[in-house]
Amino acid sequence: MTAQTAAAHAQGHAHGHDAHDAHEHHHYTTTGLDNRKVAVWTFIGSECMLFASLISTYLIYKGKSVIGPFPHTEWTDPAGKVYKAILDIPVTSASTFVLLMSSFAMVLALQAVQLKGKPLAPTAGWWERLQRSSQFWLLATALLGTVFLGFQSYEFTSFVHEGLTIKTNLFGSTFFTLTGFHGAHVTVGVLWLMSLLWIDRSRGLAGKNDELLVDICALYWHFVDVVWIAIFTLIYLIK
Amino acid sequence: MSHDSHAGAHAAHAEHHHPTGNQYAVIALILTVITVVEVWAYYIPALVASPMFNPALIVMSAAKFAIVVLFYMHLKFDSRLFRVIFTGSLIVAMCTIVALLFLFHKLSL
Repeated sequence: MTAQTAAAHAQGHAHGHDAHDAHEHHHYTTTGLDNRKVAVWTFIGSECMLFASLISTYLIYKGKSVIGPFPHTEWTDPAGKVYKAILDIPVTSASTFVLLMSSFAMVLALQAVQLKGKPLAPTAGWWERLQRSSQFWLLATALLGTVFLGFQSYEFTSFVHEGLTIKTNLFGSTFFTLTGFHGAHVTVGVLWLMSLLWIDRSRGLAGKNDELLVDICALYWHFVDVVWIAIFTLIYLIK
Repeated sequence: MSHDSHAGAHAAHAEHHHPTGNQYAVIALILTVITVVEVWAYYIPALVASPMFNPALIVMSAAKFAIVVLFYMHLKFDSRLFRVIFTGSLIVAMCTIVALLFLFHKLSL
């Protein structure tokens, strides 16, 4: 143990997070980067492949459904029943906006953890003070993610009521698989955020190690957001 | 120790260039405006009929994608290794999509 590390440990009895920071140096590799962050970026890279395969499957089968309902056009079945275009753009636009705002909340949650312990000017207004509340932004992100899942549940339910299931046609199979996988990722993200919020409420999130915990969750959450940006354009807007 | 100092200095340098809360809010506003333009264009039949409609949507979507990755995921400010890992994977993923679309005759030269 070096003299500096020993000193950091001694101070750590008074300031628990400082000692925690001293420990974090052990995570650094020859690249100078924390291996957990390298692992998350590598995981995100592999997720690009997963969603690329799902998106390409959707695009390959696009327009090849023999029976309806169809995403952008009406369809009349042999019995004469008319099915309107099934995609609800206003509802999906609202859910897209919600997910974009959740990314904004997430980046402010990370910033709030990074700013902990740094002095706040006495003249700081409500916006500056709010930016310091990691619990508020973590909760906001989790709530916005939950609202997005609510929109998706509503969409899936209404599609089933309108006669489109995962077994109905090629559009149904590829659409539910792609958006279902994305929804599962959002669900994992919300659970992850809730666990961070629980840690923040129980012992507080502060210090370099905790910043990394939030940073890793934030990277995952933003990736889920960028996947939806691609899905929204390719599936919903391009006819 | 010098390695740790270097890593620490690098981290401090990166943090120094991170956007502020207000800049993050401006980025959120830009993302919202692009989304509004995309949805607005969807409801204009003349625009939808234009051959530039789909490319324009893809460009706007790519812009939103890049903004989130560069600024919210901090790829612009973070280590070059992360940029290599992510963009490398993204290039392979996009090439896979394009190759499959050619293979299944959804695209042709």
